[in-house]
Amino acid sequence: MSTLRKPAGTTIAAHAILITYTLIALFPVFVILINSFKTRRAIFREPLALPNADSFSLIGYQTVFNQGDFFLYFQNSMIVTVVSLTLILLFGAMAAFALAEYGFRGNTLMGLYLALGIMIPIRIGTVAILEMMVSTGLVNTLTALILVYTAQGLPLAVFILSEFMRGVSDDLKNAGRIDGLSEYQIFFRLVLPLVRPAMATVAVFNMIPIWNDLWFPLILAPAEEVKTLTLGSQVFIGQFVTDWNAVLSALSMAILPVMILYVIFSRQLIRGITSGAVK
Amino acid sequence: MAHTTKQKPRYHIAVFLAPAVIVYTAVMIYPLFNTLRLALFTEIDQQRVWVGLQNFRTLFGDAIWSDQFWNALGNNAWFFLIHMLVQNPIGVALAAILSSPRLRFSAFYRTAIFIPTILSFVIVGFAWKLILSPIWGIAPDMLDAIGLKFLYAPWLGKEEYALTTLSLVSVWQYVGIPMMLIYAALLSIPDEILEAGECDGITGMSAFFKIKLPLILPSIGIISILTFVANFNAFDLIYAAQGALAGPDFSTDILGTFMYRTFFGFQLQLGDPHMGSAIASAMFGVILIGVCIYLFGIQRRLRSYQF
Repeated sequence: MSTLRKPAGTTIAAHAILITYTLIALFPVFVILINSFKTRRAIFREPLALPNADSFSLIGYQTVFNQGDFFLYFQNSMIVTVVSLTLILLFGAMAAFALAEYGFRGNTLMGLYLALGIMIPIRIGTVAILEMMVSTGLVNTLTALILVYTAQGLPLAVFILSEFMRGVSDDLKNAGRIDGLSEYQIFFRLVLPLVRPAMATVAVFNMIPIWNDLWFPLILAPAEEVKTLTLGSQVFIGQFVTDWNAVLSALSMAILPVMILYVIFSRQLIRGITSGAVK
Repeated sequence: MAHTTKQKPRYHIAVFLAPAVIVYTAVMIYPLFNTLRLALFTEIDQQRVWVGLQNFRTLFGDAIWSDQFWNALGNNAWFFLIHMLVQNPIGVALAAILSSPRLRFSAFYRTAIFIPTILSFVIVGFAWKLILSPIWGIAPDMLDAIGLKFLYAPWLGKEEYALTTLSLVSVWQYVGIPMMLIYAALLSIPDEILEAGECDGITGMSAFFKIKLPLILPSIGIISILTFVANFNAFDLIYAAQGALAGPDFSTDILGTFMYRTFFGFQLQLGDPHMGSAIASAMFGVILIGVCIYLFGIQRRLRSYQF
C-alpha cells in the first residue's frame, strides 16, 4: 500500500531535500565549533578540517577564560531567566485563573487589556522604560531586566493559561469549595497542578527570547557586573575581532548553554508549538 | 459558581489579578504611552519643553532626519519582503515534506532545522560574518569547489548586497518557526478530507495546492503578521553584525538601529530621548497599521476551518 502511494523516488527526494536543508542549518554552528579547537594557522589553512593532533589547540579558550568573566555573565543570565520565568508563570497563572474562573464585571475588557501586549513589542517603550529605571535607581541591576522580561512575557502567558484553565472541570473546584478550601487553596492545590503542561509550554516559549535578548541588557544593564551572557559575548567579541581563536571560542561557549537547554527541552518546545498553543 | 460567594465582596479576584496587572501596566503599558508623550517634548537648557508635533516635523521635514528615516523604513520594508518571499515558502515546503506520512527520521530533521532559531542574534551574526569574510575564505573556497568562485563578493561589506545578505541570514535563523507552525497546521488536517480528494484523483502536488494550502492559509496569515511585527522591531542582528552605524554607509540601517542611535547616542552623536521617542512613535504607527491591516483586511477573509 505504502509503495503504491509513495513511490521510492519521492521518498528519496524528500530525504535529499531535508538532508540538504539540515546541512545548511547546522553548517555554520559546526564550522564555529570545530575551528574553536584549532591553532590559528590551522583555522586559516584548512577551515573545514576537523582538529587533529597537530592542529588541536585550546589557546582561544584560555584567552576567553583569562579576559572575560564568562562565569559571571552566565550566572547573570541564569538569574534573569529563571526569576523572570518564575514570575511570568506565577503572576500569569494567577491572572489567568481570575479571568477564567470568575465572572466579574470588566472581565472581557481586562482580558483584552492584558492581550494588547501580545502584538505590541515592549521595545517601543524603551525610552520611557530607561527613564523610569534611571529615576528609580534600577539601572544596571538585574531587577530592571527581570521586570521588563516579566512584563513582556505576561500577555501571552495569561492568554495561553486562561485557555487551558477554562478546561479544568468545575465539579472538581466546587468539590474543593464544599470541602472548605479557600479560593487560594483551590488555585494552588487543585488548578495549578492540572495546568502544568501548559505552564511548561509558556516557560519554553519565554526562555529562549529572554536568554538571547541583546536590546535590554545593552540599554538597561551594560555594567560589567550585571552583563548577561549574550551582551557579554557581544562586547567580548567586539574587542577581540582580530583574535580569531578567542572569538571562535567565545562563540562556542555562548552556543553551548543554549544547546544544552535545547536538548533538554526540545521535546517540550516542539510539542508546545505543534499542540496549537499559538492559534 | 457557589451562591454564597456572590454576596460577599470577592477580594481574591483582585489579589489574583493584581501582580500581573501592576507589573504589566507599570513596565509595559505606561512606558509605551509615556514614550508617545515624550515625543511631544524637547530639551532646552536641560529643561523639558512642550513642542507639540515639532519633533515629527523635524523627523519628516528636515532632510538630515527624513533621509535617514525613509532610508531605515525602506530597508526595513525590504528586510520584511525577503522574509515573506524566502522564509515562508521555504518553511511551508519543509513542513509539507516533513508532514508526509511514514517519513523516517522526521523528528530528527525537525529538531536539527530548528537549532538556528534557538541561537542568539549575536552568535548568528558573528558566525556568518566570519564565514562570509574574505579573510577567512570559507565562502569563496566553497564556491570555488563548485566552480562558482566568480560569484563571490564580500557581501556584508558591499552597500548593494549587505542588507539582502543580512536578511537571508535572518531567514536562515528563523525558518524553523514557520516550519513548525505550518507543520502543526498540516497535521491537524483530517485524513478523511485527503482521502476524499484521493477518490477524486487529487494526489501528490495537486493535493497540496488544492486541498492543504487553502486549509493552512490562516496559519500563513498568522506567520506573516508575526514576521511583520518581529521585522519592524528588529535590531540585534544588524547591531551584532554591522554595529550601531549599520554600515556600510547606513545601507543596513533599519528602524531599530536608527532609534537606538538616536535616543541612546553613538560615538559622536549625542543621545536625544525626545527624537528617539518620535522614532519609536513612528515605529508604533507602522506596527499598528500592519496589525490593523491583518486583523481587519486579511484575517476576516481567511476562513478558518474547525475540524
